[in-house]
Amino acid sequence: MISGLTLGERQTAVCLSLALLVLGVIFAGAGQGDPLGVHGFIIAAYAVVVMGAVITGYYAPAPGADRLTQYYDDPTKFGIIVAMLWAIFGMFVGDWVAWLLAYPDMTFDAAWASFGRLRPVHTTGVIFGFGGNALIATSYHVVQRTSRARLPDQLSPWVVLIGYNLFCLLAVSGYLIGITQSKEYAEPEWYADILLVIVWVTYFLLYIRTLARRQEPHIYVANWYYMAFILVVAVLHIVNNLAVPVSLTEAKSYSLFAGVQDAMTQWWYGHNAVAFFLTAGFLGMMYYYLPKRAGRPIYSYRMSIVGFWGITFFYMWAGSHHLHYTALPLWVQNLGMTFSVMLLVPSWIAAGNALMTLNGAWTRVRDDATLRFMAMAAVFYGLSTFEGSFMAIRPVNSLSHYTDWTIGHVHAGTLGWVSMIVFGTFYSLVPWMWKVERMYSRKLVEWHFWLAMAGTLIYVFAMWNSGIIQGLMWRTYNDGGTLAYSFVDSLVAMHPYYIARAVGGFLFFLGPVIGLYNILMTIRLSRETAGTGIAEMPVVALKAGE
Amino acid sequence: MSMPFDHETLVAFSKSFGLFYLIAMSVIAVVYALWPANQAQFDRAAEQIFDDGDTPCQ
Ligand code: HEM
Ligand code: HEM
Repeated sequence: MISGLTLGERQTAVCLSLALLVLGVIFAGAGQGDPLGVHGFIIAAYAVVVMGAVITGYYAPAPGADRLTQYYDDPTKFGIIVAMLWAIFGMFVGDWVAWLLAYPDMTFDAAWASFGRLRPVHTTGVIFGFGGNALIATSYHVVQRTSRARLPDQLSPWVVLIGYNLFCLLAVSGYLIGITQSKEYAEPEWYADILLVIVWVTYFLLYIRTLARRQEPHIYVANWYYMAFILVVAVLHIVNNLAVPVSLTEAKSYSLFAGVQDAMTQWWYGHNAVAFFLTAGFLGMMYYYLPKRAGRPIYSYRMSIVGFWGITFFYMWAGSHHLHYTALPLWVQNLGMTFSVMLLVPSWIAAGNALMTLNGAWTRVRDDATLRFMAMAAVFYGLSTFEGSFMAIRPVNSLSHYTDWTIGHVHAGTLGWVSMIVFGTFYSLVPWMWKVERMYSRKLVEWHFWLAMAGTLIYVFAMWNSGIIQGLMWRTYNDGGTLAYSFVDSLVAMHPYYIARAVGGFLFFLGPVIGLYNILMTIRLSRETAGTGIAEMPVVALKAGE
Repeated sequence: MSMPFDHETLVAFSKSFGLFYLIAMSVIAVVYALWPANQAQFDRAAEQIFDDGDTPCQ
């Protein structure tokens, strides 16, 4: 991968990692006695690894000018592998946390192994590590193909990926040693936040610069969704993380917001993280890879545009449904509730558009597990958005809030929709990227699909049951007018569901493990067949029955 | 402390202007998507993803 960089780019890469090393050493020194010091060492070690990789490839022959006649796919390949590694890590911790809820004593009396620290390791690992790397990797692929233009330079895609993964690493390692801002999905502290701003602006500029070089007059709709993801996440991240550090040598900072304003800002961020991180970006993925794999253009291009503007306008106002029955003014709660219900329209436009695209290719869906992943993703997208709109209605929320129903909703969205669209996409993309005809093992893709289906269904049904039971137990009164059940009674009632969820989660976790194996074997296959002619085969979508 | 606008003003503004600008934006988006003259480029875009020779234009 270094051999693809020009000599100048290799030099800049060394300089950048040197700068990072210096920064890490400064933090390590100045932050002595504070958790920041530990992060200084981690930054320095990361910089050494990156620099080592660049220097190892430094004397490889420079790439020829003919590289400019090809798309630049090395960062995409890297991103795919890294995303799979994060998937395995994040879901492993997710299942760990699931067992921890069933058996709360499993913490070995160690602070790092407590629920409060491991839980954000899970959420960050899967959302940002797995989801984020998958989005970045595929966005590079999609923007080049649909613009018919190569990325404008070879260094900034790497700056984005390397910087972004450093952010993820600082985040998860920070939680384990007790660093947190206490804002869900925005836990990392100020210095990690600043790093992410730099990375994200670079990403935004890279995307815009590639679009500016496009050879197609119209910008394909998938890019709009990816752009919304990049742009809005930048805005959300910057606003929600406005904070003042206690000092430049300490990790701790204090938010600029307080009280109900803080809560509203956080959930404006939190809900739009769902909207623009877990939805818009993956819709971009869906609008490119699903038609591509099915070999059929999107059913209604017009509706994809109407849906796009619906999602971008409406989602912005929905965040307050996380704050029903709080100090937030009632009209703001009503606003969030109304927009959440309206959101069902653009959401179902997207889900319906995907399923209508497949209409007429159902035999293909039956025979091709990769396409089936994408079809199920669309179904779960429709399902979780319906559920979300329903849960946003205040009286419904009075039952669902604080219960496992929310957790069931979350994982219908993240396992059924986000993960499945990524796996379907990767199984399409990997053979294209490594220029082989197909994945190493179609059987393993099939296995992965059924593990994912079984895992999702077990998980979601367990949480729906547990959530409703919990919610009802908490609002059941006896004749004397007092609560019929104590909190501990509800915990006991949830125990079997927690075990079921942990088992379902384990099945789901096995998926990316065999997925990564299949991908690595495919890469090996591509090395073996390189130069035998197969590599020059044109890229075609699978035909029915294959 | 005097503020350029107080809470009530802000609420009144968002409740009135907010409604109309949202309706206006929605109308613009729908008109753009359904405008007959745009259909050709949409069709082309929807088909374009299939005919990539997998090399960029020079
Ligand atoms: C092996 C698969 C997975 C398992 C076993 C698992 C398990 C868990 C558990 C036990 C929790 C804590 C629930 C609680 O506090 O009551 C949780 C929370 C969460 N997980 Fe997962 N998870 C998995 C996959 C994923 C994936 C792939 C994503 C995202 C792409 C995800 C996103 C989340 C989020 C956002 C939360 C926080 C929910 C909230 O605060 O309401 N999970 N997960
Ligand atoms: C129309 C679309 C959607 C609406 C209106 C919606 C609405 C809601 C509502 C009302 C809650 C519960 C808030 C609470 O009681 O605290 C919630 C929680 C959540 N939803 Fe959705 N949802 C939608 C789609 C999705 C999708 C597609 C995903 C994931 C891919 C998702 C991920 C989440 C997460 C992670 C939470 C938990 C937040 C937390 O408390 O940590 N949602 N959503």
